[in-house]
Amino acid sequence: MKRMFSTLMLFLLAMGHAGITLADPATPTPDKGDVAWLIVATVLVTLMVIPGLALFYGGMVRAKNMLSLLMQVFVIFSLTAVLWVLYGYSIAFTEGNAFFGGFDKVFLKGVTPESMAATFSKGVVIPEYIYIAFQLTFSCITPALIVGAFAERVKFSAVLLFIIFWYTFAYLPMAHMVWYWAGPDAYTSAEAASAAGATAGFLFQKGALDFAGGTVVHINAGIAGLIGCILVGKRIGFGKESMAPHSVTLTMVGASLLWVGWFGFNAGSNLEANGTTAMVFLNTMVATAAATLAWVGAEWIMRGKPSMLGGASGAVAGLVAITPACGWSGPMGAIVLGLVAGSVCFWSVTSMKRAFGYDDSLDVFGVHGIGGIIGALGTAIVAAPALGGAGVYDYVANAVGEYDMKTQFISQLWGVGVALVWSGTISWIGFKLVDILVGLRVTEETERQGLDTTEHGETAYHM
Amino acid sequence: MKLVTAILKPFKLDDVREALSEAGIAGITVTEVKGFGRQKGHTELYRGAEYVVDFLPKIKLEVAVSDAQLDAALDAIATTANTGKIGDGKIFVTDLEQVIRIRTGETGPDAL
Repeated sequence: MKRMFSTLMLFLLAMGHAGITLADPATPTPDKGDVAWLIVATVLVTLMVIPGLALFYGGMVRAKNMLSLLMQVFVIFSLTAVLWVLYGYSIAFTEGNAFFGGFDKVFLKGVTPESMAATFSKGVVIPEYIYIAFQLTFSCITPALIVGAFAERVKFSAVLLFIIFWYTFAYLPMAHMVWYWAGPDAYTSAEAASAAGATAGFLFQKGALDFAGGTVVHINAGIAGLIGCILVGKRIGFGKESMAPHSVTLTMVGASLLWVGWFGFNAGSNLEANGTTAMVFLNTMVATAAATLAWVGAEWIMRGKPSMLGGASGAVAGLVAITPACGWSGPMGAIVLGLVAGSVCFWSVTSMKRAFGYDDSLDVFGVHGIGGIIGALGTAIVAAPALGGAGVYDYVANAVGEYDMKTQFISQLWGVGVALVWSGTISWIGFKLVDILVGLRVTEETERQGLDTTEHGETAYHM
Repeated sequence: MKLVTAILKPFKLDDVREALSEAGIAGITVTEVKGFGRQKGHTELYRGAEYVVDFLPKIKLEVAVSDAQLDAALDAIATTANTGKIGDGKIFVTDLEQVIRIRTGETGPDAL
Protein backbone atom coordinates (compact mmCIF):
# COMPACT_ATOMS: atom_id res chain seq x y z
CA MET A 1 0.00 0.00 0.00
CA LYS A 2 2.82 2.27 0.98
CA ARG A 3 4.54 1.31 -2.24
CA MET A 4 1.45 2.13 -4.29
CA PHE A 5 1.25 5.47 -2.60
CA SER A 6 4.85 6.35 -3.34
CA THR A 7 4.42 5.23 -6.95
CA LEU A 8 1.44 7.52 -7.22
CA MET A 9 3.41 10.37 -5.72
CA LEU A 10 6.24 9.79 -8.14
CA PHE A 11 3.74 9.74 -11.00
CA LEU A 12 2.27 13.04 -9.89
CA LEU A 13 5.70 14.51 -9.49
CA ALA A 14 6.65 13.32 -12.95
CA MET A 15 3.44 14.82 -14.33
CA GLY A 16 4.24 18.08 -12.66
CA HIS A 17 7.73 18.06 -14.10
CA ALA A 18 6.48 17.18 -17.57
CA GLY A 19 3.93 19.95 -17.23
CA ILE A 20 6.70 22.49 -16.69
CA THR A 21 8.56 21.32 -19.77
CA LEU A 22 5.45 21.29 -21.92
CA ALA A 23 4.56 24.78 -20.84
CA ASP A 24 7.73 25.98 -22.55
CA PRO A 25 7.62 24.57 -26.09
CA ALA A 26 10.81 26.48 -27.05
CA THR A 27 12.87 24.08 -24.91
CA PRO A 28 13.02 20.70 -26.64
CA THR A 29 13.57 17.60 -24.50
CA PRO A 30 16.78 15.67 -25.18
CA ASP A 31 16.48 12.14 -26.47
CA LYS A 32 17.59 9.62 -23.84
CA GLY A 33 19.38 7.57 -26.51
CA ASP A 34 21.46 10.58 -27.52
CA VAL A 35 22.29 11.43 -23.92
CA ALA A 36 23.24 7.86 -23.08
CA TRP A 37 25.43 7.58 -26.17
CA LEU A 38 27.22 10.82 -25.39
CA ILE A 39 27.95 9.69 -21.84
CA VAL A 40 29.44 6.46 -23.22
CA ALA A 41 31.39 8.40 -25.86
CA THR A 42 32.84 10.71 -23.20
CA VAL A 43 33.99 7.71 -21.19
CA LEU A 44 35.54 6.23 -24.33
CA VAL A 45 37.54 9.38 -25.07
CA THR A 46 38.73 9.42 -21.46
CA LEU A 47 39.90 5.83 -21.96
CA MET A 48 41.86 6.97 -25.02
CA VAL A 49 44.00 9.22 -22.84
CA ILE A 50 44.18 7.31 -19.57
CA PRO A 51 45.51 4.75 -20.02
CA GLY A 52 45.46 4.47 -23.85
CA LEU A 53 47.75 7.29 -24.92
CA ALA A 54 49.86 6.97 -21.76
CA LEU A 55 50.62 3.30 -22.47
CA PHE A 56 51.08 3.89 -26.20
CA TYR A 57 53.72 6.49 -25.42
CA GLY A 58 55.13 4.79 -22.33
CA GLY A 59 55.88 1.56 -24.13
CA MET A 60 57.95 3.44 -26.70
CA VAL A 61 60.39 5.03 -24.26
CA ARG A 62 63.20 3.37 -22.36
CA ALA A 63 62.23 1.69 -19.07
CA LYS A 64 63.95 4.41 -17.03
CA ASN A 65 61.49 7.01 -18.40
CA MET A 66 58.29 4.96 -18.39
CA LEU A 67 56.67 6.67 -15.40
CA SER A 68 57.60 10.14 -16.61
CA LEU A 69 55.45 9.60 -19.70
CA LEU A 70 52.60 8.05 -17.75
CA MET A 71 52.74 10.95 -15.29
CA GLN A 72 52.86 13.67 -17.93
CA VAL A 73 49.79 12.28 -19.69
CA PHE A 74 47.91 11.57 -16.43
CA VAL A 75 48.56 14.96 -14.87
CA ILE A 76 48.00 16.93 -18.09
CA PHE A 77 44.62 15.21 -18.34
CA SER A 78 43.75 16.24 -14.79
CA LEU A 79 45.08 19.78 -15.16
CA THR A 80 43.29 20.60 -18.41
CA ALA A 81 40.08 18.98 -17.18
CA VAL A 82 39.95 21.57 -14.40
CA LEU A 83 41.03 24.45 -16.68
CA TRP A 84 38.27 23.46 -19.12
CA VAL A 85 35.45 24.07 -16.68
CA LEU A 86 37.13 27.13 -15.13
CA TYR A 87 37.49 29.08 -18.39
CA GLY A 88 38.25 26.77 -21.31
CA TYR A 89 34.70 25.90 -22.27
CA SER A 90 33.69 29.55 -22.23
CA ILE A 91 36.55 30.68 -24.49
CA ALA A 92 36.01 27.80 -26.92
CA PHE A 93 32.24 27.56 -27.06
CA THR A 94 30.63 30.89 -26.38
CA GLU A 95 30.14 33.77 -28.77
CA GLY A 96 32.98 36.26 -28.88
CA ASN A 97 35.01 37.30 -31.88
CA ALA A 98 36.05 34.94 -34.67
CA PHE A 99 39.16 33.79 -32.76
CA PHE A 100 38.25 33.82 -29.07
CA GLY A 101 34.97 33.14 -27.41
CA GLY A 102 33.68 35.21 -24.53
CA PHE A 103 33.78 34.94 -20.76
CA ASP A 104 30.02 34.48 -20.28
CA LYS A 105 30.36 30.91 -19.06
CA VAL A 106 33.55 31.24 -17.01
CA PHE A 107 33.21 28.85 -14.02
CA LEU A 108 30.28 27.43 -16.04
CA LYS A 109 28.18 30.37 -14.93
CA GLY A 110 24.51 29.87 -15.68
CA VAL A 111 24.79 26.23 -16.72
CA THR A 112 22.16 24.07 -15.03
CA PRO A 113 20.84 20.53 -15.59
CA GLU A 114 18.14 22.20 -17.71
CA SER A 115 20.66 23.96 -20.01
CA MET A 116 20.72 22.43 -23.46
CA ALA A 117 23.35 22.45 -26.20
CA ALA A 118 22.64 22.26 -29.92
CA THR A 119 23.50 19.23 -32.05
CA PHE A 120 23.73 18.97 -35.84
CA SER A 121 20.00 18.44 -36.28
CA LYS A 122 17.40 21.14 -35.97
CA GLY A 123 15.30 20.81 -32.84
CA VAL A 124 17.54 18.14 -31.33
CA VAL A 125 19.40 19.07 -28.16
CA ILE A 126 21.58 17.42 -25.54
CA PRO A 127 22.16 18.49 -21.94
CA GLU A 128 24.87 21.12 -21.88
CA TYR A 129 26.62 19.36 -18.99
CA ILE A 130 27.40 16.28 -21.06
CA TYR A 131 28.40 18.44 -24.02
CA ILE A 132 30.85 20.23 -21.71
CA ALA A 133 32.19 16.91 -20.42
CA PHE A 134 32.52 15.45 -23.92
CA GLN A 135 34.41 18.50 -25.21
CA LEU A 136 36.50 18.48 -22.03
CA THR A 137 38.02 15.14 -23.00
CA PHE A 138 39.06 16.57 -26.39
CA SER A 139 40.73 19.50 -24.72
CA CYS A 140 42.57 17.05 -22.44
CA ILE A 141 43.89 14.64 -25.05
CA THR A 142 45.27 17.34 -27.35
CA PRO A 143 47.93 18.78 -25.01
CA ALA A 144 48.78 15.26 -23.83
CA LEU A 145 49.61 14.28 -27.42
CA ILE A 146 52.39 16.89 -27.55
CA VAL A 147 54.60 15.39 -24.83
CA GLY A 148 55.66 12.47 -27.03
CA ALA A 149 57.76 14.80 -29.16
CA PHE A 150 60.18 15.77 -26.39
CA ALA A 151 59.89 12.66 -24.25
CA GLU A 152 62.78 11.49 -22.08
CA ARG A 153 64.43 14.88 -21.58
CA VAL A 154 62.10 17.62 -20.29
CA LYS A 155 61.36 18.84 -16.79
CA PHE A 156 57.94 17.90 -15.47
CA SER A 157 57.41 21.48 -14.25
CA ALA A 158 58.28 22.84 -17.71
CA VAL A 159 55.78 20.51 -19.34
CA LEU A 160 52.95 21.67 -17.06
CA LEU A 161 53.75 25.37 -17.47
CA PHE A 162 53.95 25.05 -21.24
CA ILE A 163 50.69 23.13 -21.37
CA ILE A 164 48.81 25.83 -19.41
CA PHE A 165 50.07 28.46 -21.86
CA TRP A 166 49.52 26.44 -25.00
CA TYR A 167 46.08 25.24 -23.88
CA THR A 168 44.91 28.79 -23.30
CA PHE A 169 46.34 30.41 -26.41
CA ALA A 170 46.42 27.58 -28.97
CA TYR A 171 43.88 24.88 -28.12
CA LEU A 172 41.01 27.07 -27.00
CA PRO A 173 41.17 29.55 -29.90
CA MET A 174 41.60 26.76 -32.47
CA ALA A 175 38.56 24.96 -31.06
CA HIS A 176 36.63 28.24 -31.22
CA MET A 177 37.78 29.04 -34.77
CA VAL A 178 36.84 25.61 -36.12
CA TRP A 179 33.85 24.46 -34.10
CA TYR A 180 31.98 27.40 -32.67
CA TRP A 181 28.71 28.17 -34.41
CA ALA A 182 25.25 29.27 -33.36
CA GLY A 183 23.76 25.82 -34.01
CA PRO A 184 21.47 24.58 -36.78
CA ASP A 185 18.28 26.15 -35.46
CA ALA A 186 19.59 29.63 -36.31
CA TYR A 187 19.76 28.71 -40.00
CA THR A 188 16.14 29.35 -40.90
CA SER A 189 16.66 31.45 -44.02
CA ALA A 190 19.55 32.72 -46.15
CA GLU A 191 19.59 36.04 -44.22
CA ALA A 192 19.37 34.35 -40.84
CA ALA A 193 22.11 31.97 -41.94
CA SER A 194 24.49 34.76 -42.90
CA ALA A 195 23.72 36.60 -39.65
CA ALA A 196 24.34 33.43 -37.65
CA GLY A 197 27.39 32.56 -39.74
CA ALA A 198 28.99 35.90 -38.90
CA THR A 199 29.08 34.92 -35.22
CA ALA A 200 30.83 31.61 -35.90
CA GLY A 201 34.55 30.89 -35.57
CA PHE A 202 37.02 32.10 -38.19
CA LEU A 203 37.64 28.74 -39.87
CA PHE A 204 33.99 27.74 -39.59
CA GLN A 205 33.21 30.85 -41.61
CA LYS A 206 35.91 29.86 -44.10
CA GLY A 207 33.98 26.62 -44.61
CA ALA A 208 36.77 24.40 -43.27
CA LEU A 209 35.40 20.97 -42.37
CA ASP A 210 36.77 19.22 -39.31
CA PHE A 211 34.38 16.63 -37.94
CA ALA A 212 36.24 15.42 -34.86
CA GLY A 213 39.45 17.39 -34.65
CA GLY A 214 41.93 16.87 -37.49
CA THR A 215 43.03 20.50 -37.26
CA VAL A 216 41.97 21.34 -33.69
CA VAL A 217 43.51 18.23 -32.15
CA HIS A 218 46.05 16.62 -34.43
CA ILE A 219 47.68 19.32 -36.56
CA ASN A 220 47.50 21.60 -33.55
CA ALA A 221 49.35 19.14 -31.30
CA GLY A 222 51.61 17.87 -34.09
CA ILE A 223 53.15 21.24 -34.92
CA ALA A 224 53.51 22.08 -31.22
CA GLY A 225 55.44 18.85 -30.82
CA LEU A 226 57.70 19.64 -33.74
CA ILE A 227 58.54 23.10 -32.42
CA GLY A 228 59.08 21.60 -28.97
CA CYS A 229 61.47 18.86 -30.01
CA ILE A 230 63.51 21.35 -32.04
CA LEU A 231 63.72 23.90 -29.21
CA VAL A 232 64.38 21.31 -26.49
CA GLY A 233 67.01 19.61 -28.62
CA LYS A 234 67.91 16.00 -29.24
CA ARG A 235 68.21 13.38 -26.54
CA ILE A 236 71.74 12.65 -25.38
CA GLY A 237 73.07 9.85 -27.54
CA PHE A 238 70.39 10.28 -30.22
CA GLY A 239 71.41 8.29 -33.28
CA LYS A 240 74.30 6.65 -31.42
CA GLU A 241 72.88 4.82 -28.43
CA SER A 242 70.00 2.37 -28.50
CA MET A 243 66.72 4.07 -27.71
CA ALA A 244 64.59 1.07 -28.55
CA PRO A 245 61.08 0.95 -27.03
CA HIS A 246 61.14 -0.87 -23.72
CA SER A 247 57.78 -2.54 -24.29
CA VAL A 248 56.16 -2.76 -27.70
CA THR A 249 53.61 -4.94 -25.91
CA LEU A 250 52.34 -1.98 -23.87
CA THR A 251 52.43 0.20 -26.98
CA MET A 252 50.15 -2.30 -28.69
CA VAL A 253 47.82 -2.28 -25.68
CA GLY A 254 47.80 1.54 -25.79
CA ALA A 255 47.17 1.68 -29.54
CA SER A 256 44.29 -0.75 -29.16
CA LEU A 257 42.74 1.34 -26.39
CA LEU A 258 43.13 4.38 -28.64
CA TRP A 259 41.39 2.53 -31.46
CA VAL A 260 38.48 1.47 -29.25
CA GLY A 261 38.23 4.87 -27.58
CA TRP A 262 38.30 6.64 -30.92
CA PHE A 263 34.78 5.39 -31.64
CA GLY A 264 33.71 7.74 -28.87
CA PHE A 265 35.93 10.48 -30.24
CA ASN A 266 34.65 10.30 -33.83
CA ALA A 267 31.17 8.81 -33.60
CA GLY A 268 30.52 10.78 -30.40
CA SER A 269 31.35 13.98 -32.26
CA ASN A 270 28.05 13.65 -34.09
CA LEU A 271 26.47 14.44 -30.68
CA GLU A 272 23.49 12.23 -31.52
CA ALA A 273 22.90 8.52 -32.00
CA ASN A 274 21.67 8.31 -35.58
CA GLY A 275 22.57 7.19 -39.10
CA THR A 276 25.47 9.60 -39.46
CA THR A 277 26.87 8.30 -36.17
CA ALA A 278 26.75 4.78 -37.57
CA MET A 279 28.51 5.90 -40.76
CA VAL A 280 31.21 7.65 -38.74
CA PHE A 281 31.63 4.50 -36.66
CA LEU A 282 32.20 2.34 -39.73
CA ASN A 283 34.52 4.90 -41.36
CA THR A 284 36.63 4.94 -38.21
CA MET A 285 36.86 1.17 -38.22
CA VAL A 286 37.88 0.65 -41.85
CA ALA A 287 40.20 3.65 -42.22
CA THR A 288 42.20 2.43 -39.23
CA ALA A 289 42.34 -1.12 -40.52
CA ALA A 290 43.46 0.12 -43.96
CA ALA A 291 46.17 2.34 -42.49
CA THR A 292 47.50 -0.55 -40.39
CA LEU A 293 47.75 -2.69 -43.52
CA ALA A 294 49.41 0.15 -45.45
CA TRP A 295 52.07 0.87 -42.80
CA VAL A 296 52.87 -2.80 -42.18
CA GLY A 297 52.91 -3.47 -45.93
CA ALA A 298 55.20 -0.52 -46.67
CA GLU A 299 57.53 -1.63 -43.89
CA TRP A 300 57.56 -5.21 -45.14
CA ILE A 301 58.45 -4.10 -48.66
CA MET A 302 60.95 -1.37 -47.73
CA ARG A 303 62.60 -2.88 -44.66
CA GLY A 304 62.03 -6.58 -45.06
CA LYS A 305 60.03 -7.18 -41.88
CA PRO A 306 56.49 -6.24 -40.77
CA SER A 307 56.67 -5.01 -37.15
CA MET A 308 54.18 -4.74 -34.30
CA LEU A 309 55.31 -1.17 -33.62
CA GLY A 310 54.58 -0.47 -37.29
CA GLY A 311 51.12 -1.97 -36.94
CA ALA A 312 50.33 0.13 -33.87
CA SER A 313 51.70 3.27 -35.53
CA GLY A 314 49.72 2.62 -38.70
CA ALA A 315 46.51 2.25 -36.73
CA VAL A 316 47.04 5.61 -35.02
CA ALA A 317 47.91 7.28 -38.34
CA GLY A 318 44.65 5.97 -39.79
CA LEU A 319 42.64 7.14 -36.78
CA VAL A 320 44.19 10.59 -37.08
CA ALA A 321 43.52 10.90 -40.80
CA ILE A 322 39.88 9.79 -40.66
CA THR A 323 39.13 12.11 -37.73
CA PRO A 324 38.35 15.29 -39.74
CA ALA A 325 36.73 13.36 -42.60
CA CYS A 326 34.63 10.75 -40.81
CA GLY A 327 31.34 12.69 -40.90
CA TRP A 328 31.41 13.33 -44.63
CA SER A 329 33.33 10.42 -46.14
CA GLY A 330 31.87 7.13 -47.24
CA PRO A 331 33.48 3.85 -46.14
CA MET A 332 35.37 3.41 -49.44
CA GLY A 333 36.76 6.95 -49.16
CA ALA A 334 37.75 6.12 -45.58
CA ILE A 335 39.73 3.10 -46.77
CA VAL A 336 41.57 5.20 -49.36
CA LEU A 337 42.31 7.86 -46.75
CA GLY A 338 43.60 5.16 -44.40
CA LEU A 339 45.86 3.63 -47.04
CA VAL A 340 47.35 7.03 -47.92
CA ALA A 341 47.83 8.01 -44.26
CA GLY A 342 49.45 4.70 -43.34
CA SER A 343 52.01 4.82 -46.12
CA VAL A 344 52.77 8.57 -46.01
CA CYS A 345 53.13 8.60 -42.22
CA PHE A 346 55.50 5.62 -42.48
CA TRP A 347 57.58 7.69 -44.88
CA SER A 348 57.42 10.76 -42.61
CA VAL A 349 58.72 9.00 -39.48
CA THR A 350 61.49 7.21 -41.34
CA SER A 351 62.82 9.08 -44.37
CA MET A 352 61.54 12.61 -43.65
CA LYS A 353 62.59 12.64 -40.00
CA ARG A 354 66.04 11.34 -40.88
CA ALA A 355 66.44 13.91 -43.68
CA PHE A 356 65.80 16.82 -41.29
CA GLY A 357 67.48 15.23 -38.28
CA TYR A 358 65.10 16.44 -35.52
CA ASP A 359 64.46 14.15 -32.56
CA ASP A 360 60.67 13.86 -32.43
CA SER A 361 60.98 10.97 -29.96
CA LEU A 362 57.57 9.39 -30.41
CA ASP A 363 56.72 10.94 -33.80
CA VAL A 364 54.03 13.36 -32.72
CA PHE A 365 54.56 15.45 -35.84
CA GLY A 366 55.19 12.49 -38.12
CA VAL A 367 51.95 10.77 -37.15
CA HIS A 368 49.60 13.48 -35.80
CA GLY A 369 50.87 16.45 -37.80
CA ILE A 370 51.30 14.71 -41.13
CA GLY A 371 48.32 12.38 -40.60
CA GLY A 372 46.18 15.38 -39.62
CA ILE A 373 47.18 17.29 -42.74
CA ILE A 374 46.41 14.28 -44.96
CA GLY A 375 43.04 13.92 -43.25
CA ALA A 376 42.16 17.62 -43.40
CA LEU A 377 43.02 17.98 -47.08
CA GLY A 378 41.67 14.53 -47.93
CA THR A 379 38.33 15.50 -46.41
CA ALA A 380 37.71 17.75 -49.41
CA ILE A 381 38.13 14.76 -51.73
CA VAL A 382 36.37 11.97 -49.84
CA ALA A 383 33.40 14.17 -48.87
CA ALA A 384 32.40 14.52 -52.54
CA PRO A 385 29.08 12.76 -53.17
CA ALA A 386 30.44 11.77 -56.61
CA LEU A 387 33.12 9.74 -54.80
CA GLY A 388 30.73 8.08 -52.37
CA GLY A 389 30.94 10.83 -49.76
CA ALA A 390 27.97 12.17 -47.86
CA GLY A 391 28.44 15.77 -49.04
CA VAL A 392 27.87 18.79 -46.85
CA TYR A 393 24.46 19.52 -45.38
CA ASP A 394 22.87 22.86 -46.22
CA TYR A 395 20.89 23.98 -43.15
CA VAL A 396 18.94 26.59 -45.10
CA ALA A 397 17.74 24.21 -47.83
CA ASN A 398 17.53 21.38 -45.24
CA ALA A 399 19.21 19.01 -47.68
CA VAL A 400 22.69 18.04 -48.82
CA GLY A 401 23.97 21.00 -50.82
CA GLU A 402 25.90 21.32 -54.08
CA TYR A 403 29.48 20.15 -53.65
CA ASP A 404 32.47 21.87 -55.21
CA MET A 405 35.67 20.03 -54.44
CA LYS A 406 38.00 22.86 -55.40
CA THR A 407 36.26 25.40 -53.13
CA GLN A 408 36.22 22.88 -50.33
CA PHE A 409 39.91 22.09 -50.83
CA ILE A 410 40.76 25.79 -50.47
CA SER A 411 38.70 25.94 -47.28
CA GLN A 412 40.62 22.94 -45.97
CA LEU A 413 43.93 24.62 -46.85
CA TRP A 414 42.83 27.56 -44.71
CA GLY A 415 42.25 25.20 -41.81
CA VAL A 416 45.63 23.50 -42.18
CA GLY A 417 47.51 26.76 -42.69
CA VAL A 418 45.96 28.57 -39.74
CA ALA A 419 46.52 25.59 -37.44
CA LEU A 420 50.18 25.32 -38.45
CA VAL A 421 50.93 29.03 -38.17
CA TRP A 422 48.85 29.77 -35.07
CA SER A 423 49.86 26.77 -33.02
CA GLY A 424 53.44 26.96 -34.30
CA THR A 425 53.78 30.58 -33.19
CA ILE A 426 52.12 30.08 -29.81
CA SER A 427 54.26 27.00 -29.21
CA TRP A 428 57.47 28.85 -30.00
CA ILE A 429 56.55 31.70 -27.62
CA GLY A 430 55.43 29.21 -24.97
CA PHE A 431 58.61 27.14 -25.04
CA LYS A 432 60.79 30.26 -24.96
CA LEU A 433 58.86 31.67 -21.98
CA VAL A 434 59.04 28.43 -20.03
CA ASP A 435 62.73 28.09 -20.83
CA ILE A 436 63.31 31.53 -19.28
CA LEU A 437 61.10 30.79 -16.26
CA VAL A 438 62.16 27.29 -15.20
CA GLY A 439 64.30 25.86 -18.02
CA LEU A 440 62.97 23.24 -20.42
CA ARG A 441 65.54 20.56 -20.10
CA VAL A 442 66.79 18.34 -17.30
CA THR A 443 70.52 18.14 -16.58
CA GLU A 444 72.65 15.64 -18.44
CA GLU A 445 73.07 13.56 -15.30
CA THR A 446 69.30 13.42 -14.77
CA GLU A 447 68.73 12.47 -18.36
CA ARG A 448 71.27 9.65 -18.18
CA GLN A 449 69.77 8.34 -14.98
CA GLY A 450 66.24 8.54 -16.33
CA LEU A 451 63.35 10.80 -15.36
CA ASP A 452 61.48 8.25 -13.25
CA THR A 453 63.81 8.28 -10.27
CA THR A 454 65.05 11.85 -10.66
CA GLU A 455 61.79 13.68 -11.40
CA HIS A 456 59.26 11.42 -9.74
CA GLY A 457 61.20 9.42 -7.15
CA GLU A 458 59.95 6.02 -8.24
CA THR A 459 60.71 3.18 -10.61
CA ALA A 460 58.33 1.60 -13.11
CA TYR A 461 59.46 -1.98 -12.67
CA HIS A 462 60.88 -3.85 -9.69
CA MET A 463 62.12 -7.17 -10.93
CA MET B 1 90.11 -30.92 -10.04
CA LYS B 2 88.87 -28.84 -12.95
CA LEU B 3 86.39 -26.04 -13.37
CA VAL B 4 84.38 -26.43 -16.55
CA THR B 5 82.72 -23.26 -17.84
CA ALA B 6 80.40 -23.70 -20.80
CA ILE B 7 78.57 -21.08 -22.86
CA LEU B 8 75.37 -22.57 -24.25
CA LYS B 9 72.31 -21.77 -26.26
CA PRO B 10 69.62 -21.11 -23.62
CA PHE B 11 67.19 -23.71 -24.93
CA LYS B 12 69.84 -26.45 -24.59
CA LEU B 13 70.18 -26.02 -20.81
CA ASP B 14 67.71 -28.70 -19.76
CA ASP B 15 69.27 -31.34 -22.02
CA VAL B 16 72.75 -30.52 -20.76
CA ARG B 17 71.70 -30.65 -17.13
CA GLU B 18 70.13 -34.06 -17.65
CA ALA B 19 73.22 -35.44 -19.41
CA LEU B 20 75.47 -34.12 -16.63
CA SER B 21 73.33 -35.77 -13.96
CA GLU B 22 73.54 -39.06 -15.84
CA ALA B 23 77.32 -38.64 -15.94
CA GLY B 24 77.28 -38.46 -12.13
CA ILE B 25 77.83 -34.73 -11.72
CA ALA B 26 76.38 -33.59 -8.42
CA GLY B 27 75.80 -29.85 -8.96
CA ILE B 28 76.02 -27.01 -11.45
CA THR B 29 75.73 -23.23 -11.36
CA VAL B 30 73.91 -21.38 -14.15
CA THR B 31 73.94 -17.67 -15.08
CA GLU B 32 72.07 -15.84 -17.82
CA VAL B 33 74.67 -13.93 -19.77
CA LYS B 34 75.03 -11.94 -22.98
CA GLY B 35 77.87 -12.00 -25.42
CA PHE B 36 78.97 -12.42 -28.97
CA GLY B 37 81.21 -14.74 -30.91
CA ARG B 38 81.13 -15.68 -34.55
CA GLN B 39 77.32 -15.66 -34.54
CA LYS B 40 77.37 -11.89 -33.89
CA GLY B 41 74.13 -10.04 -33.06
CA HIS B 42 71.13 -8.97 -35.09
CA THR B 43 69.51 -5.68 -36.06
CA GLU B 44 66.22 -4.36 -34.70
CA LEU B 45 64.22 -1.70 -36.46
CA TYR B 46 61.83 0.66 -34.68
CA ARG B 47 60.03 3.13 -36.95
CA GLY B 48 63.11 3.39 -39.11
CA ALA B 49 65.59 3.71 -36.24
CA GLU B 50 67.97 0.79 -36.62
CA TYR B 51 69.71 -0.69 -33.60
CA VAL B 52 72.38 -3.36 -33.84
CA VAL B 53 72.00 -5.77 -30.98
CA ASP B 54 75.59 -7.02 -30.55
CA PHE B 55 75.07 -9.23 -27.57
CA LEU B 56 72.94 -12.31 -27.72
CA PRO B 57 71.49 -14.05 -24.67
CA LYS B 58 73.39 -17.17 -23.67
CA ILE B 59 73.65 -19.43 -20.63
CA LYS B 60 76.88 -19.72 -18.69
CA LEU B 61 77.15 -23.05 -16.93
CA GLU B 62 79.83 -23.71 -14.34
CA VAL B 63 80.63 -27.13 -12.97
CA ALA B 64 83.49 -28.30 -10.79
CA VAL B 65 84.59 -31.90 -11.44
CA SER B 66 87.26 -34.32 -10.29
CA ASP B 67 89.93 -35.23 -12.84
CA ALA B 68 88.30 -38.63 -13.26
CA GLN B 69 84.92 -37.12 -14.11
CA LEU B 70 86.28 -34.54 -16.57
CA ASP B 71 86.02 -36.45 -19.83
CA ALA B 72 82.53 -37.73 -19.09
CA ALA B 73 81.40 -34.22 -18.21
CA LEU B 74 82.94 -32.63 -21.30
CA ASP B 75 81.44 -35.31 -23.50
CA ALA B 76 78.01 -34.87 -21.95
CA ILE B 77 78.05 -31.10 -22.57
CA ALA B 78 79.60 -31.23 -26.03
CA THR B 79 77.18 -33.81 -27.39
CA THR B 80 73.95 -32.48 -25.93
CA ALA B 81 74.61 -28.80 -26.64
CA ASN B 82 75.53 -29.43 -30.24
CA THR B 83 73.08 -28.34 -32.93
CA GLY B 84 75.66 -28.05 -35.68
CA LYS B 85 74.69 -24.40 -36.27
CA ILE B 86 76.70 -21.29 -35.57
CA GLY B 87 76.27 -20.00 -32.01
CA ASP B 88 76.40 -23.34 -30.16
CA GLY B 89 78.90 -21.89 -27.69
CA LYS B 90 82.20 -22.96 -26.16
CA ILE B 91 83.59 -24.96 -23.25
CA PHE B 92 86.48 -23.69 -21.17
CA VAL B 93 88.42 -25.92 -18.79
CA THR B 94 90.59 -24.48 -16.02
CA ASP B 95 92.51 -25.96 -13.10
CA LEU B 96 90.79 -25.76 -9.77
CA GLU B 97 93.01 -25.35 -6.74
CA GLN B 98 90.65 -25.88 -3.87
CA VAL B 99 87.03 -26.64 -3.09
CA ILE B 100 85.42 -26.32 0.35
CA ARG B 101 81.94 -27.46 1.31
CA ILE B 102 80.83 -24.74 3.64
CA ARG B 103 78.43 -26.84 5.76
CA THR B 104 80.88 -29.60 6.74
CA GLY B 105 84.27 -28.05 6.09
CA GLU B 106 85.25 -30.91 3.73
CA THR B 107 87.90 -29.96 1.19
CA GLY B 108 89.25 -31.18 -2.14
CA PRO B 109 87.48 -33.91 -4.20
CA ASP B 110 85.42 -34.89 -1.12
CA ALA B 111 83.72 -31.53 -1.30
CA LEU B 112 82.60 -32.00 -4.90
